[in-house]
Amino acid sequence: MPDYCKRGFLLTDEIAPRPSDERLKERKVAFIECPQEIPCNACVFSCKFDAVEMENINAPPRVIYENCTGCMKCIRVCPGLAIFMLEIKDGKGRITMPYEFLPVPEKGDTVSLLNRKGEIVGEGTVTWVLPPEKNEGTALVTVEMDKDLLFEVRAFRVR
Amino acid sequence: MGRLQEHPVVQFRRGKKVTIYFDGKPMEAYEGETVAAALYANGVRIFSRSFKYHRPRGFFCAIGKCSSCMMEVDGIPNVRTCKVYVRDGMQIRSQNSYPDVNNDILGVFDRLDFMFPHGFHYKKFIRPSFLRLFFVNSMRKFTGLGNFPKEEIKERGREETLECDIAIIGAGPAGLSSAIYAGELGADICLMDENPRVGGQLVKQTHRFFGSAEHGAGTRGIKIAENLEKKVREFDNVNISLNTGVFGIYDGTIGAVKDNTLIEIKPKKIIIATGAYERTLIFENNDLPGVYGAGGVQTLMNVYGVKPGDTGLIVGSGNVGLILTYQLLQAGVDVAGIVEAMPVIGGYFVHAAKVRRLGIPIYTSHTIKKAYGSKRVEGAQIVALDDKWQEVPGSERDISCDFICISVGLSPTHELLYQAGAEMRFVPELGGFVPVRNRYMETSREGVYVAGDAAGIEEASTAMIEGRIAGLDSAIKLGYGDKEAEEMRDKFVSDLEEMRRGPFGARILKGLEKVVV
Repeated sequence: MPDYCKRGFLLTDEIAPRPSDERLKERKVAFIECPQEIPCNACVFSCKFDAVEMENINAPPRVIYENCTGCMKCIRVCPGLAIFMLEIKDGKGRITMPYEFLPVPEKGDTVSLLNRKGEIVGEGTVTWVLPPEKNEGTALVTVEMDKDLLFEVRAFRVR
Repeated sequence: MGRLQEHPVVQFRRGKKVTIYFDGKPMEAYEGETVAAALYANGVRIFSRSFKYHRPRGFFCAIGKCSSCMMEVDGIPNVRTCKVYVRDGMQIRSQNSYPDVNNDILGVFDRLDFMFPHGFHYKKFIRPSFLRLFFVNSMRKFTGLGNFPKEEIKERGREETLECDIAIIGAGPAGLSSAIYAGELGADICLMDENPRVGGQLVKQTHRFFGSAEHGAGTRGIKIAENLEKKVREFDNVNISLNTGVFGIYDGTIGAVKDNTLIEIKPKKIIIATGAYERTLIFENNDLPGVYGAGGVQTLMNVYGVKPGDTGLIVGSGNVGLILTYQLLQAGVDVAGIVEAMPVIGGYFVHAAKVRRLGIPIYTSHTIKKAYGSKRVEGAQIVALDDKWQEVPGSERDISCDFICISVGLSPTHELLYQAGAEMRFVPELGGFVPVRNRYMETSREGVYVAGDAAGIEEASTAMIEGRIAGLDSAIKLGYGDKEAEEMRDKFVSDLEEMRRGPFGARILKGLEKVVV
């Protein structure tokens, strides 16, 4: 059993290979943190661009970054809330995360950024919100932050 | 008071406001709520007193599988308050306590336990012999639960006999799937459930489901329940009988009760999809009000919108414990941590990651040692375990919490299978006693099928596929359907095999080897 099953979070060297900075600057890209073999393939079938690969229903998914258009179909259906859309825009990092709590933040709000362990690592600004009623209860929220935090921040807390 | 007004995922549609009376005290309730939920929302925590020592008991399972919420309702004793719905003017009284359940003077027996060891009535209070009758009569006053109704019940019971092709017991994910697939083939079906609504435990699963995209992965459990209900109600040949408790299967004939009607059902095939009940765990004070089943808390919170407390401690890090933690946070309830006896997290990593990134600690290789409190949980003590599952001395630590959720697994509800005459085996990998069956879910008793958690504890996604297989096969055996139906049935069998191929399925497969013939 891998060590992340004891901790409940991934270390930086356990995450999937990162998309290149060039790719991140081009447009949004899906980044999946789902290393364990579990019987689920919701993301594969949601993707219209063959960007998510899976050998069988139990295998972990793999994103082909070249094919990903950043359409966010997969992030809407993932039951593990394990998909994040990453992007570098105007030198800033942007992460789109699923959010199922109240209150739902609004564009322009400042939020506390949390890493995989739940520690506050900085603050960010909300740049886009898909309201929960448009996605069966799961809001999607884009938060702008320091570019170096793209692979560290995985949640936020509304102040 | 204790009711949730807003929730990120669920919209609580509460009925008309009514007043119920608990031990004479008026309380606010809403139509559609169970008595237990309404009492809980009004701050009632002690629901009953234990039989002998009069220890306070709170609610536990919230779905009618335990007996800790029994009270007198409108003069009828020993009613499970988690199963009856409020009505304006309802009179609810606590039983087995004096003067009331909160301040029961007989609770002193708990301190005098040394005087009443097991079987004491054979050895003590028997001499002098001329006083023996007096002693016996006095002791009898303290025994039994509840009082006989004061008024004679005038209403007469009725009897009814039904015939159908397939009787399905339990309208959860497995039973509903059976009904839909067998109904589609044209079989005449009687679908029964003891609850007033279909959906089983899906109605409290507010999270999105894992599984295969073809079988609804990514959809919330509550939505799956709605979809299945809509589908099953489309069939005229599926007769849905709710509030119907099946109490026995006698040589292929089913006995059931609905209100005051005794129903005799003579089916050609039976599908038993009775689900599972929650296990509990042994530790000091594990019966204190505030120690709840994880599923019970889900029912209270996600179905009735009642807040279980302010800070919870979760015992067990299987998927139920992890999901419940997330759901508590969604309802604005704090979670002090998750305790797991195994050295690794039991459930899916992604479920753990969801709560971990919100700062909830997961204590692996730890267990709960005791709960603090006298009338309700006021805290807990946890302790580390070494690699031989022994407590590490000096590693005790106190956790501040006002309720504790036990999510240490489920056991199949197997009673009807036994009674139907199916060969049963104890398979720990599947959660307990499960029937021997073939790959189409037919048990050793011909014509009796099993599906869902009753066949072995697994996910709702697999329960639905098992239900389809049982529904299809039983209908095919009765002459419904054609080659296409057989192909569909076989495809579902291979879908199931495919889903179980991963590491989480390995344990299930090991268990199935012992029962699938």
